[in-house]
Amino acid sequence: MFDFHKNHKVLVIAALVGFVTLSFIVAVFPAYQMQDVQPLPQQPAMTENEREGLNIYIREGCVSCHTQQVRNIEMDNMWGDRPSIPSDYYYSKERMGVWRQSPSLLGSERTGPDLTNIGKRQPSIDWHLLHLYNPRSVVGQSIMPSYPWLFDIRDTNTVTGDEKVVNLPDAFAPPSGKTVIAKEEALQLVAYLQSLQQTSLPDGREEKFIPALESKQTSGAPEGNDTNSLNGENLYLQTCAVCHQDNGKGVVGAFPPLAGSEIVNNKDPELMIKIILQGYDARSEFATMQAFADQLSDAEIAAIATHERTSWGNTGSKVTEEEVRKIREYINKDLNP
Amino acid sequence: MDYSRQIFILSLFFLPFTAVAQTTTVNSENWITSPGIIGTLVLVFIVIFIAVLIFMSRLNSYVKLLKHRQIEKKNLAFNEELLALQEEDIDIILQQRKSGLKYRLKGTELGSDQGAVDEKGLIGRVTHEPENPLFDEKKKTPLGIETPDELKKIVTYYLGASVFWLVFGTLVGQYVGMKFLWPEMDHFSWLSFGRLRPVHTNAVFWGWASLAMIGLGYFVIARTSNAKVYSYGSAWWTWRLINLTVFLGTLSLMSGINNGGGEYREYTWPVMLIFAIGLIITFWNFYKTIASRKIADIYVSNWYMLAALIWTTVLAIIGYMPFFSDGLGETVIQGYYMHQGVGMWFMTFTLGLIYYYLPSSLNKPIYSYSLGVLAFWTQMLFYTMIGTHHFVFSPLPWWLQTTAIVFSAGMFIPVVAGTTNFLMTMRGSWSHISKSYVLPFFLVGVIFYFVGSTQGSVQAFRFTNYVWHFTDFNVAHSHMTMYGIITFILWACIYTILPKLTGKEPPQVLVGAHFWMAFIGLFAYMVSLMVGGTYKGLSWIEGNAFLNSVILMKPYWLWRAIGGSLMFTSHLVFAYNFYIMVNKRKSVEPMRVSQVGQVNN
Repeated sequence: MFDFHKNHKVLVIAALVGFVTLSFIVAVFPAYQMQDVQPLPQQPAMTENEREGLNIYIREGCVSCHTQQVRNIEMDNMWGDRPSIPSDYYYSKERMGVWRQSPSLLGSERTGPDLTNIGKRQPSIDWHLLHLYNPRSVVGQSIMPSYPWLFDIRDTNTVTGDEKVVNLPDAFAPPSGKTVIAKEEALQLVAYLQSLQQTSLPDGREEKFIPALESKQTSGAPEGNDTNSLNGENLYLQTCAVCHQDNGKGVVGAFPPLAGSEIVNNKDPELMIKIILQGYDARSEFATMQAFADQLSDAEIAAIATHERTSWGNTGSKVTEEEVRKIREYINKDLNP
Repeated sequence: MDYSRQIFILSLFFLPFTAVAQTTTVNSENWITSPGIIGTLVLVFIVIFIAVLIFMSRLNSYVKLLKHRQIEKKNLAFNEELLALQEEDIDIILQQRKSGLKYRLKGTELGSDQGAVDEKGLIGRVTHEPENPLFDEKKKTPLGIETPDELKKIVTYYLGASVFWLVFGTLVGQYVGMKFLWPEMDHFSWLSFGRLRPVHTNAVFWGWASLAMIGLGYFVIARTSNAKVYSYGSAWWTWRLINLTVFLGTLSLMSGINNGGGEYREYTWPVMLIFAIGLIITFWNFYKTIASRKIADIYVSNWYMLAALIWTTVLAIIGYMPFFSDGLGETVIQGYYMHQGVGMWFMTFTLGLIYYYLPSSLNKPIYSYSLGVLAFWTQMLFYTMIGTHHFVFSPLPWWLQTTAIVFSAGMFIPVVAGTTNFLMTMRGSWSHISKSYVLPFFLVGVIFYFVGSTQGSVQAFRFTNYVWHFTDFNVAHSHMTMYGIITFILWACIYTILPKLTGKEPPQVLVGAHFWMAFIGLFAYMVSLMVGGTYKGLSWIEGNAFLNSVILMKPYWLWRAIGGSLMFTSHLVFAYNFYIMVNKRKSVEPMRVSQVGQVNN
């Protein structure tokens, strides 16, 4: 009966049936199961514009370097507030029409940062446009490709008011008399990136990350928050340096310098802490700064502010967690009396 | 020996990581996934494996015993025959023996009293310096196997197209690798990193490896079935379809049309459909040829090749079906598809090729047919289940991840069975390796089969995944397997068979150059990305700013580019060797008798 050595029919049928059975167990059934999810209650559907942006994201192969999955392990907590769950992909991983399947957004390489929460981390449209036109104009050490074909370089006098102008630093600017304009595609792509934000779980439920190693868990920082235990420089590099640059000099025409800044060097750090907590849009020559109140703890803000006030020739005093806490309370009271 | 030293260095590199993998617990709740349990399972499998070996040796000794009894019976019969002989007959036999013992050689029996004349034109080359000071002289391939011209042509054309895609695909790969160092190399959308990366992987997958495998496979089925290929016409059709697939696929990827970015699934379904049709035609052609075989048994190579064709067809269908690919369903299918693309197509088919070409180039049978069969069924069972190990710690169901990890460990069985089989086939022929230009390719391929596959299994464990996932280590692993195993074995097979088909050998120095540049290049490529990838993973665990991990990779990316350049150069040399082997012009004229005489004087 099972004379595989001599009967080619039996051999082929056995190999086929075996493989198909195993494939159904390990791929087809679980895949069916995974389709059966609902979006989270507050999860926004994608707009037409954002979906177009997703198409460009796929067209340019962004997925080969950028993941969109926050794994349930501790090292991934810098990419999101909680581990990703199947519902997160409810809208973005729909089939892209007849010719193309649903986009492989989870990715397998993290040559660039994870983008699950990029819309929250970096909401500034100006930053994204600069970064797409030439990543090195805002992140000097970046190895990301430039996408100049998402932009037009035109004579300055032909630019109309409703077009989005990209203000580049001198080293990257086109010859004088020319202006860089963001095409529709670039704006759609940025709209998509801005829409990438983790939706919080209903009833404030928290998904936990698996801690790195036992030893780390026990020898972690003690509860009494000691600003010194947080590395202000590292936090600055993670959170602030993409705009203000690692040397604190900013980008002319986009992001103001912190080195030698009056606000940063001021004896009283109140205004500086307020800007970090609430964001800033008072100067038209620079891009808008986002609010960090939701993203950073008091201790983290204190560590970052201390780093900024004592680096690059700055001579400000140290900032304590207590100071930040007071200002935060004051602002909260101000907003909800 | 050089090889053993390289293997030693290689194993040194893996030891620390495997050791760590066994001692650290990531999570104690899921006991089934703890390394200890997995390790135990492996040990149990090893015990079962050894039990099977012992059982087989028992069986063997029983068969020997039966044989021994038969021989004793024969001896008894012979003794009786001697006793029955007459006196005169014994005298005659003794006389013959006596004169035989007295015979002495005169010293001229081999014709040393005659002049040396090569009447039949057998001598191809005469040298006065038998010791080449720079390069070891390798043995010539015994030329000429009687093969139908049609089959020769098919094999040659398949290999020719595959060589083209190899050079093209790795040129793209080389260019893409350099973009890590100089991201501003060009500003054309068609040449941007995100678009070219899949061009590279798909061209070497479906263009180079697939075409070369099918071409080499056609020779094996005809030869091992002792039959004519069922339909030459459909072989040509497949050739056109696959080349068309890669051509259209490349164009569409560069213009920005892709299937959604899933690795190896970037060609859209209309393009991949062409490939699938080619596969189905090839399957039918192979199947009918094997059905018409002139011997009862199906040689084990054909098991592997038939299965690879049928499994890959199923795989392509499941991979591209729209019914279960929304949301994370796509991710499940993606893990399944990208792993099986490698495991069920390239690995399975290539194993089939080794089972024919390795013994044939050593001119001896494969060590164990049964081990080959064991490896075949376990390949199907274990390889199919492990796709999700590409998504460990992802939002996919935990049980699916665990299954993948456990079965990854189970992959040791087919891998050890295969490696043992190949190494035992080579055993006793080690001296041939230094004398052959084909066997080093086989040896490297087989060693990488063991090291690359085992390393992949170990990488699936949760702790190792913790450090290495998302880093450049993955890229090192995929080159270790697709290049170290598949490509080296394909080269070995090509150098084995092509000179026999065309009657022309490549220059040995250039084959050596090809081998060493590819090998050293791969080594530089692999080690730099493994070391860099590990540092990158550790940097992430430390919680450093992401940009630091980019900056720290830069020297490793440089070494990767250097390794890649060596690999690419070796492909140019290989392409030249291929040209020499298939070139229509006559090779060096066989030396005339009169000339031989002159040289001798």
